Amino acid sequence: MEAVALHISNGVLNGPVSAIYGVIALVALAYCISRGRRDLDDRLAPMAGLVAAFIFAVQMLNFPVLPGVSGHLLGGAMAALLVGPWVGALCVSVVLIVQALVFADGGVTALGANVTNMALVGTAVAYLLIALLLRVLPRTPTGLGITAFVASVVAVVAASQSFVLQYALGGTTDLEHYSLGAIAGTMAGTHILIGIGEGLIAAVTVVTVARTRPDLVYALRGLRQPQQVTAEGVAA
Amino acid sequence: MNAPHENAPLRSTSPRGPRRRTTWFILGGLLIALLLAGVVSNFASGSPDGLDSASTKGCTVDDNGEITGGSCMGQNAKDSEAADSPFADYGISGIGNSYLSTGLAGVAGVLLTFAVGGGLFWLARSRRQPAEKVE
Repeated sequence: MEAVALHISNGVLNGPVSAIYGVIALVALAYCISRGRRDLDDRLAPMAGLVAAFIFAVQMLNFPVLPGVSGHLLGGAMAALLVGPWVGALCVSVVLIVQALVFADGGVTALGANVTNMALVGTAVAYLLIALLLRVLPRTPTGLGITAFVASVVAVVAASQSFVLQYALGGTTDLEHYSLGAIAGTMAGTHILIGIGEGLIAAVTVVTVARTRPDLVYALRGLRQPQQVTAEGVAA
Repeated sequence: MNAPHENAPLRSTSPRGPRRRTTWFILGGLLIALLLAGVVSNFASGSPDGLDSASTKGCTVDDNGEITGGSCMGQNAKDSEAADSPFADYGISGIGNSYLSTGLAGVAGVLLTFAVGGGLFWLARSRRQPAEKVE
C-alpha cells in the first residue's frame, strides 16, 4: 500500500456508514452550490478554479511532522478565506473527487466520508473562526495571517475528529490493542502538528494574495465599508 | 507592485483594470501550482501521513507498508477503484524515472483540477452582473 494522502481508503468504514456519509455529502454539496452561485461571478469563478488547482498541488507536498509520520494541507481554511465558505467547500470537494477517481487517493466508496471531513467540517469550522477572528483582530496582514493560521489548526483537528466519529459509527475492525479514545488522542496529536504546517502555508498564501490583490480575498469583502468611507473623505 | 509593504490595513478594492489583471493573477497562480506539483512534489515526505499511521496502530507492518498481523483500523482497507488508473498513486504508469513520473502526474493533476473546477464554477456562476459594469 502506497503511503497516500490523508484520505480514507475503501473498506475502513462499513457500507451503511459510508452510504450515510455519501448522502450527507451530496445534500450538503447541493446546498453549497445553491449558496455558492450567489458568490460566483466572472471574477470569483476563475479564482475558485485556481484555488482548487492550488490545493491539489499543495496536497502533494507531504511534510514530516514526527519521525515516520507526515501530513499535508487539507485546504479548508485557505479556501474559505479566499473564495468564501460555500465555494471553498466545493473547491476542496473537486480536489477530493479528482484524487479519488484519477489518482486512486481515497476510496470512491469513502468519498462521502472524506468530503464530509475535509471539505465540509474543515471549511465550516474554519469559516466560523474566520468570521469571529476577523471581527476582533486588526485588519492588517498580521491579523489576516493569524486568522488563517488559527482557523487552519482548529479545522484540521476537527476534520480528524470527524473521522474518529465515523470510525466509531462504522469502523470495520474491532480494535484489540487500542481504544477509540486512544485513536482520537493520536489523531488529535498528529493533526495539531499537521494543522500548524497547514496554518503556515495558508497564512503565507492568503497574505500574499491579500497584498497583491486584496479584492480577490473573499474574507476581506465585508471590510469594504470603512474603505468606502475613507474614499469619500468622511474619515481618515 | 503597488502593494503595501508595511503592516498597513488591507483594502478590498482594485484601483484599475481588474479584468486583465485577474487573468494575469490566475495564470501566475497556476504557474506556481504547476511548479509545486511538478517539481517540489519530488521532495515531499514519503512517510505515512497522520491518518495512515493511526490506521496501522496495533498492527505489524512490513517494509512495504503492508499490514502483516494484529488489529488496527486499516486492517480491512481495500484498493481504490481507480488503482488501475494510469495516474494511480500520483505517478504515470510506464514511466520508469520516478521524478518525471511524479512531476508529470502532478502537472496533469493541477491542469485537470483547474479545468474541472474552473469549468464547473464558470458554468455555475451567477450571470447577474453589477449594473455599472460594461461588458
